[in-house]
This record gives sequence, structure tokens and C-alpha cells, in this order.
Amino acid sequence: MAMIEQLTQLKEEVIEKITATENIKQLNEVRVAYLGKKGPITDLLKGMGKLPVEERPKMGALVNEVRAEVQHIHDVRKATLEEQAIQEQLEKEAIDVTLPGRPVKVANAHPLTRVIEEIEDLFISMGYEVAEGPEVEKDYYNFEALNLPKGHPARDMQDTFYISEEILMRTHTSPVQARTMEKKQGASFKIICPGKVFRRDNDDATHSHQFTQIEGLVVGENIRMSDLKGTLDIFAKKMFGEDREIRLRPSFFPFTEPSVEMDISCFKCGGEGCNVCKHTGWIEILGAGMVHPNVLSMAGYDPKKVSGFAFGMGPERIAMLKYGVDDIRHFYTNDVRFLSQFHRTEE
Amino acid sequence: MLVSLKWLSQYVDLQGLEAEDLAEKITRSGIEVEGVHHLSKGIKKIMVGQIKEIKKHPDSDHLNICQVDFGEDELSQIVCGAPNVAEGQKIVAVRPNGYVGGKKIKKGKLRGEVSNGMICSLQELGIEGKVVPKKYADGIYVLPEETPVGMDAIKALGLDDVILELGLTPNRSDAMSMLGVAYEVAAILSEEIKLPETAHEESAQKAEEVLKVRVEAKDVNPMYTAKVVKNVKIGESPLWLQQRLMAAGVRPLNNVVDITNYILMEYGQPLHAFDYDALGTGEIVVRLAKEGEPIKTLDGQDRVLNAKNLVITNGKEPVAVAGVMGGYDSEVTDKTTTVVIESAYFDGLTVRYTAKDLGLRSEASARYEKGVDPNRVIPAAERAAQLLAEIAGGEVLSGAVVFDELDKTPAKVVVSPDFVNSRLGMKISLNEMVTILTRLKFDVETANGLLYIDAPTRRQDIKIEEDIVEEIARLYGYDEIPATVPVGESKAGGLNAYQAKRRLIHHQLQGSGLYQALTYSLTSDELSQKYALETAPTTRLLMPMSEERSTLRQSILPHLIESVTYNVSRQQDSVALYEIGSVFLGETEEGLPREESHLAAVMTGNWLNNAWQGEHKKVDFFVLKGILESLFAKLDLTTRITYETAVVDGLHPGRTANILLDGKRIGFLGQLHPAEQKANGLKETYVMELNLEEIIAASIEPLVYVPVPRFPSISRDIALIVDRTTKAADLEATIRNAGGKLLKEVNVFDLYEGEKMELGKKSVAFTLTYFTPERTLTDEEVVAAHDKVVAALTESGAELR
Repeated sequence: MAMIEQLTQLKEEVIEKITATENIKQLNEVRVAYLGKKGPITDLLKGMGKLPVEERPKMGALVNEVRAEVQHIHDVRKATLEEQAIQEQLEKEAIDVTLPGRPVKVANAHPLTRVIEEIEDLFISMGYEVAEGPEVEKDYYNFEALNLPKGHPARDMQDTFYISEEILMRTHTSPVQARTMEKKQGASFKIICPGKVFRRDNDDATHSHQFTQIEGLVVGENIRMSDLKGTLDIFAKKMFGEDREIRLRPSFFPFTEPSVEMDISCFKCGGEGCNVCKHTGWIEILGAGMVHPNVLSMAGYDPKKVSGFAFGMGPERIAMLKYGVDDIRHFYTNDVRFLSQFHRTEE
Repeated sequence: MLVSLKWLSQYVDLQGLEAEDLAEKITRSGIEVEGVHHLSKGIKKIMVGQIKEIKKHPDSDHLNICQVDFGEDELSQIVCGAPNVAEGQKIVAVRPNGYVGGKKIKKGKLRGEVSNGMICSLQELGIEGKVVPKKYADGIYVLPEETPVGMDAIKALGLDDVILELGLTPNRSDAMSMLGVAYEVAAILSEEIKLPETAHEESAQKAEEVLKVRVEAKDVNPMYTAKVVKNVKIGESPLWLQQRLMAAGVRPLNNVVDITNYILMEYGQPLHAFDYDALGTGEIVVRLAKEGEPIKTLDGQDRVLNAKNLVITNGKEPVAVAGVMGGYDSEVTDKTTTVVIESAYFDGLTVRYTAKDLGLRSEASARYEKGVDPNRVIPAAERAAQLLAEIAGGEVLSGAVVFDELDKTPAKVVVSPDFVNSRLGMKISLNEMVTILTRLKFDVETANGLLYIDAPTRRQDIKIEEDIVEEIARLYGYDEIPATVPVGESKAGGLNAYQAKRRLIHHQLQGSGLYQALTYSLTSDELSQKYALETAPTTRLLMPMSEERSTLRQSILPHLIESVTYNVSRQQDSVALYEIGSVFLGETEEGLPREESHLAAVMTGNWLNNAWQGEHKKVDFFVLKGILESLFAKLDLTTRITYETAVVDGLHPGRTANILLDGKRIGFLGQLHPAEQKANGLKETYVMELNLEEIIAASIEPLVYVPVPRFPSISRDIALIVDRTTKAADLEATIRNAGGKLLKEVNVFDLYEGEKMELGKKSVAFTLTYFTPERTLTDEEVVAAHDKVVAALTESGAELR
């Protein structure tokens, strides 16, 4: 009987020890100490040889029963302690999720590029190609081929940086039109020409000796002024909003006849009158017209058979209107506090 | 062009029209009205008075106390500080509680003396100083004696007028005259036009008896007429004439000059008045100037002429620069009694170049340049004679001295209505077209369904069918044009391969954290070649506005660095910018500079900046290089790009590399030289510039899928001790050469140059990855390959660590 008592005592002792453990390490120590090969329960089993043969099975079963019970209690305790350990780890690992994220450096395009790409893409979707040309031009392409012979009074409209009598800094992107027509050799085409241009101006809030332009040109059979109007209407609505209206006013450019300027209904006030439209309800956006027959024939087209329209605008002006920029010099100062404002997208 | 509506209404009926509405109509149909100025704006209660008595102010040495009669029971006391105030003058005064310039004038005291209002100068009444007659420029304005006391001075001064400011395009020279504007307005309003009276009496003596005219330069002066007027009394012009001129922005001088200016404004035909006696020869000869010939113009300047300038001479020496400015010695003065009025047609280009040569742009030259109406040369001269007789009491000699070989026939244009409609995309009837052209006072006949048009000579801009299309369209109204899109064959639009790749590069760089900058192409001579990739002649402007913007850049970097400095000096310590743009090198066969597209970038400050985690990574050489490497990877250039140590002026000699594409130098990257950094107010700053065209032109291999590995790869590390100057790229090349086809990747994973290393040595460690897609490699295979690598390295002088 001593053995049974011993077993019961042992059982209580182990259970007490297991229950008292505070972590897996302690529990492991208890497990090794009591349930291990050198532990007292094993010893008890080894000591069974001293028992009478008829008691041995009973006693063996009893020991195994105790062993199983202890093992179960150990397992339950282990699960509890493990759960506790995970909880502790999670608590320790908790972070302040309101702290700022790790910055990912992504910059953006210059606002003028943004405007130009938007216009390019719009016209590309209407079947236009993008044409480019040199910033330093021949007088011929910048003026003469555009119906502006030497001494023409309209040359005063564009104060020019000359490099020599025949070479100059282009004053508009129109020479690209003249070059393209020459190259296309009588074929019909649609192009949009973005680029840098130069005028003899002192830099101030509204003038810049260097600025950008984007021009369009369509040449083909039976191109009509109504096609120009329809094209500009699509442009105005895509660029400035679906409810924009356009109006054409007569104007003069030596390379177009008739020539017009296009106004759009004010996108800020919708035509009611405000600061943006100077209380007129309309904002001047671009110049346009039907390609002058002299320009066509100088490039080898027969103006009796072929006609065309052209239009041109200033991305600076569009960016200033669209984003409310108040000084043209911002576009060439490259202040990151300015450039970075054009990061996000718009509706 | 400033258009007084009072003046305009002499020729066309404007009754019942608001100025703003008229302005809108004019703008919508052809000429932009840039401003509508009500002259009486901000003015209230101004009255004509007469100064009855003047007393010195007891407390001031320049103020006077005036007793002014306004036709009221009592005289009104007004203190006046003008130097020209005098008893008996008819003056304009603001009455108490009246307004000038939008400011209220109250009854008050000036140094203790009561002042009931203010006696006004013309400037105070809103008239620009530069058009105020000289006599009244520094004082109060004095009205003619006959002006009634107590009259509303707004009326007396003609301030009950509205001025339209027209923004004229160069083609509409016809609208540089009141009559031209009248024709335009009459066409818009469908009104008739009333021409000015030119009839006058002439004496029995013929002009030809006292004056001879000979034109030598007939091709540039096809018409010259002169009228002679005797016994002219020089004096102030009548008020109405002065008001007209001031409203048009011209300063009244004396009656003769005022009349010529008035007619210039009315007809657009420049006139010049000579003092007949000062001419001295009774002869006018028009010829080209001799090279270096001098003339003193009436502004008192001595000028030197060249052989392309057209001059009026008295047969001996120049007395006027034709169409530009009169001569000083033949000018009309107070003593003049006989006047020669010149009305001529000078060649526009000749006048334009002469005005440019002399730096003299005048109202006259502006009109000749753009073309005057050949049919107004005579009427303008007659109108001048009429006014000289009427206003200056002159005796007009009969007839005119005329040289005339000028073609005055109108331009003839034949247009089919179908052409007009096909150009516009409209359906305007023949009758509507005729009506519009008739409103414009074009002579129109129709036959065989065509329009036969004689364009009036005042409209020098009408020459071809398209001009008629525009006339019809603008008066029919552009609002009536429908909105269509071009029909016919349609092709897919798009960017070409170059443009598409350039956009990709933009987006890649922006995605790498560099902002796109735009700087000027024009720079100083000094900066133009700094950091240039190659040596080439520079391109300089003929007449730069400043040295800073005189020469075309050959490198983008100088201005881009300036932009970075701009940011850094405004507390933006971390800046990363790039620019894509043209540089200008030498000259092509066409005579233009060769424009080459470059990419440049500048970075300074922190690259990574995460304050609360305490992570700051300063920009260094390898940050910029890494950005370029991912760009080159994007363009499939990784294996074709190499780097070599380089020396570039302005860059740190130990931290600069050339970038080579297929062994050819296309650019560089490196740190700015510490001296340059200091000069630009910058800390450690890294820059690069390369020829964009080269990397865009490099072809890209088609993208073909490589099977994802099914077998594992095996890695081996190798640490080497080498000379400090040994290049990692050279070691890598040795490894790759020796590694055979099983060696797939070679990566540097450690670099040590510290104290534990022997002087002049460094340790470089590589990870070598062996792989074959066919099977799992055996140890033996890897060992064999790796041994070869080790042997090759050892042979090259590297020591295994």
C-alpha cells in the first residue's frame, strides 16, 4: 500500500508544481523532472519488480493512469502558457499606427509638361501625330514660309532674337508646320506641335523671354472652318469641362485667312462674370484660322484643291488659368514648393 | 487707336447706342475693343467760371485767393496754387461737394483762407499729361473767352464723350483713321456714311506759280501733291479741334500742325506742313538720301541718313525724312505766313526701314508702313486747305502741285459662293453675300453665279478670295458656323518611337523621385560651355538684351544647378531635379546650330528622410548611379552601359565617372567639385548629364519569356584583398570570364577599406551564383567552376581573404 500512497502523493505534488509554473521553461523543467526517464514516476514503474506478481498489473495500470492524468494536466497548462506567451508578445509588439509611413520618393512632371501632355493625348486620340522642330530656326521657316516676307509690318507682332540676318530663335512653333508641310509633299495630315519659343521681352509677372506653345495643323481636301470650330469645341470641353461653350472672334494672323480667336465661357463663374474672366464671362484661349493659301502653295500644296486649319495656344496661359498661377516666372524658377504642387491627379 | 464716339458720330449715326454695346458689336465682327473709357467718369459738378479778382494769400508765397464768377448772385472764393492763374480767365472749377478723379472736393480752408472748391488743370480732369497743350501743362486750363460762365464744364471741355480703345491688328490699317472706323461701324450697323466737307474758296493765284515739285525716286514715291496757303495766322486751335486731338491722344501745338494731325486721324493720310519761306527755293525735290547726309529733324535731333532713306529736299538739302518726320529748319513757327501742305504716297517698306534706321516711329510712319489709301491723297490735301482757310484765315492758292504715277485702281476679286460656303462649312445664299459686301461698301456685281468684287482701296488687306470669305464670315457671324469634324480618311495618331521613349524616361525619372525642371536655353557666354559634353563653337544672339541671356547653352547643368541653389537658399535642403532639353552645338550644313537633346540631373541633401525612425540617407554617388541604372535597365541597356573614372572640369576628380554606351562616351556623373559646391552655396551635390538621343536611339531587344527556374541555384561567396585602386568592375569581369556558362550572377556584397586593412589595400567580397536551367548542379561541377574563378583572381593579383 505504501506504493499507492506514494503514487497519490507524487500525483498531488506534480499537479501542484505544474499549476505553479509561470512559463513554458518552468513547465518543461517540471515535465523533465517528473515525467522524464529519470523522474519519480519512471522510478515507480521500475520499482514494480519488487511487487508480487498478481499486484503488478493493477499497479501498472494505476501508474499509467496517473501518468496520463499528469500528462493531460501538463498539456492543458502548456496550452495556457503558450497562449499567454503569444498575448505577451503581441502586447509588446503593438505599434502606434498613427505615426507617419515611411516616405516613398516619387516626384512629378513640370506643370507645363502636364498641360502639354494632356493636350497631346487629346489630339492623339483624334488621330493627330506629334511634330517637333528646332528651336533655332531659319527666318524662312519662321516668317517667310508663313506669309511674312521681310519687312512685313506684322513681324512687329513678334519681337525676335536674331542670331544672324537669316537665323533666329523661333518666335512661335509655326515653323514646325511649314517644315511638316514641306516634308509631307502634298499628302493630307493632322499634327500637333509643342515646343519652346522665344521673344525679346523683359521677364516679369506676365512676360517671359522663353515660353512654350502648342499648335495644331490639319491639311487635306475640303477642310472647312466648321471643322475647326468643331475640333476646338471638343478641345475646350475636354480640357476645361463638358459644359464649356466656345465663341470665335475675328482676328488676324498672317498665316491664316480667315483668322479668329477662340474664347471659352468662364470655367470659374460659368459666364456670370468674375475675376478670372475680367467680368466678361469669356476667357481668351487661343488663336486659329484657315491656312492662308500662300502658306499652302509655298509648301507645295495646291490651295485650289487642298485647305487646312491651324490653331495655337500657350500652355503657360492655360496652366495659369487652370491652376490660378499668378506669375509666369514660377514656371522657370523650379522652386520645389511650386513643382510638387502638381503631383496629384484631378477629376 | 483711340476713337472718340462724339467724333465718330460726325460720320455715322450712333444715336440710341450704348458705348458698351457698340464695343461688343465691333469686337465680335472684326476689331477688338480693348477698352471703353467714359471721359466724365469720376467727375461731378464742374463748372465754367471767370476769375474776377486775385489776391496774394497772406500766408503763402505761391497760393492766390481768387474770387470766381459762376453766374451766381455772389462770387465764390477759391484758393489756387497754379502759377498761371490770372484775372479775367475763364476757368474750370469743381464746386463744393463735386468730384474729380473720383475724389470728393469739399468746402474747406487752405492755410486759414476759405476755398469753395478747386480750379482744375486738365490732368486733374483725367486727361493724360502728354496730350495737354504745353501752355497749360504746368497749370490750370484756360478756356476761350467766349465760353459762357456757369456752363457745365463737362460739356464745355467735351468730356461728355466715350473713347473706344481699338486693338488693331496689322492688316487693318484702314481702321487707323476715323473714316475707316466709320466705314466699319456703318457696315456693322447697316448705316450710311457721311463724308467730311472739303469744299473751300481758292484765290486766283495758282499754287504751281510759286512751287515746283520734282520726284526723282518715282518707284518709292509714286504720288506727291502740295497745296500752298498764304497769309496764315498761326495761333491756338479752336477748342473743338483741341478736344478732338486730345481725345485721340495727340497734343495740340498750333493751328497749322493741329490741322495736319487732325487730318492724319480723320483720313489716315499723313500730311506735313512746311514753312514756304524757310524752304527758300520754291522747289521740292523728292529723292533718296546720299550716304551720310545729315538732317536736323523737328525734334531737334541731328541725324545721319543712308542711301536707302527717302528725303524731301528743297532742291539743295533735305527738309524732311519722307513719311517719318519733318526737318527742323522748315518747320512751321509762330512767324510762318505761307504754308506748303504735303500729301503724298510713300512706299511702305522704304518708310518702315527708314523709321527703323533712325529709331523714329511716328503716327505717320506707322500708317505708311501698313499702306495708306491711294484715293485719299487728294481729298486729305483739300480737307487741309479747307480747314486752313476756315481756322487759320489762310488764302488757298488754286489747284495743287501734283506728281502722280500712282495706280489707284481697286483690287478685283472674283469669288464663287460655293467656294465661300465650302471654306466655311455653311450655306449662305448669294444674296446674303451681296448684302454683306454692300454694307462694307464693296462694289459687287453678280454674273454666272459668281461675285465680281471691286474692293475699296482703303481696304489694302483685301486681295484674294479668302479675304472675301473672311469679310462675309465675320459680318454674317462666327456663331452661325456649325461645329463639325474633318471627314475623310482617318489615320491612327500617336507619338513616334522617339517621343514615346522620351515620355517613358520622363515618367521613370519622376518615379525615381526627381522633379522635372525647365530652365532657359539662353545663358551667358561664360556659362554656355561649362560642363559641356563636347567642345563646339557657341551660338550667340546678334543683339542680346543682357549678357546673362546672350548665348545658347551647350549644357543643361549650369542653370539646373542654379535652380537647386535657389531651392537650398530657401530652406529646401533636399533637392532632386532633372531636365530634358536641347543644347546647341556648332553648326549644321543648313547653317543652324546642331540641337542635341540632353538629360541632366542634380541631387543634394537627403535621399531618404524618415525623421521619427531616425533614418537619414544622404545622397551620394551611388544613389544617382542607381537611378541611372534602373533607367538603363528600363531601356534594355544594362549590359551595354559601362562606367570609367573620369575627369570633368568642375567635378570632384575622385568621384566622377564617364558613362559609356557600347564603349562610346555619352555622358558623365559625379560629385560637384567642393569649390563649385561652395561657390553655389551647396553641400555635397551630385550631377549628371548625358546625350538623350544616344540612349533613345539604342535599339531594344524584343521581350521574350525565359522559363522560371525549375532547379535550385548554388551560391558561393568569395572575399578578396586587392589594391585600393582596383576597380570592382574589373574584378567582376575577371570572375565572369573564368566562371564559364554555369556562372549566372556576380554581386558585390561587401567593401572594406578600414584600419584592419594593410595600407593601400581593400577587401571586396562577391557572391557568385551558379545555375543551369537543365538540372540540379552537382557539387563537383560548382567546385570545378569556382576553382577556375579563384585561380583567375589569384593570377590577376588578388589575394583570397
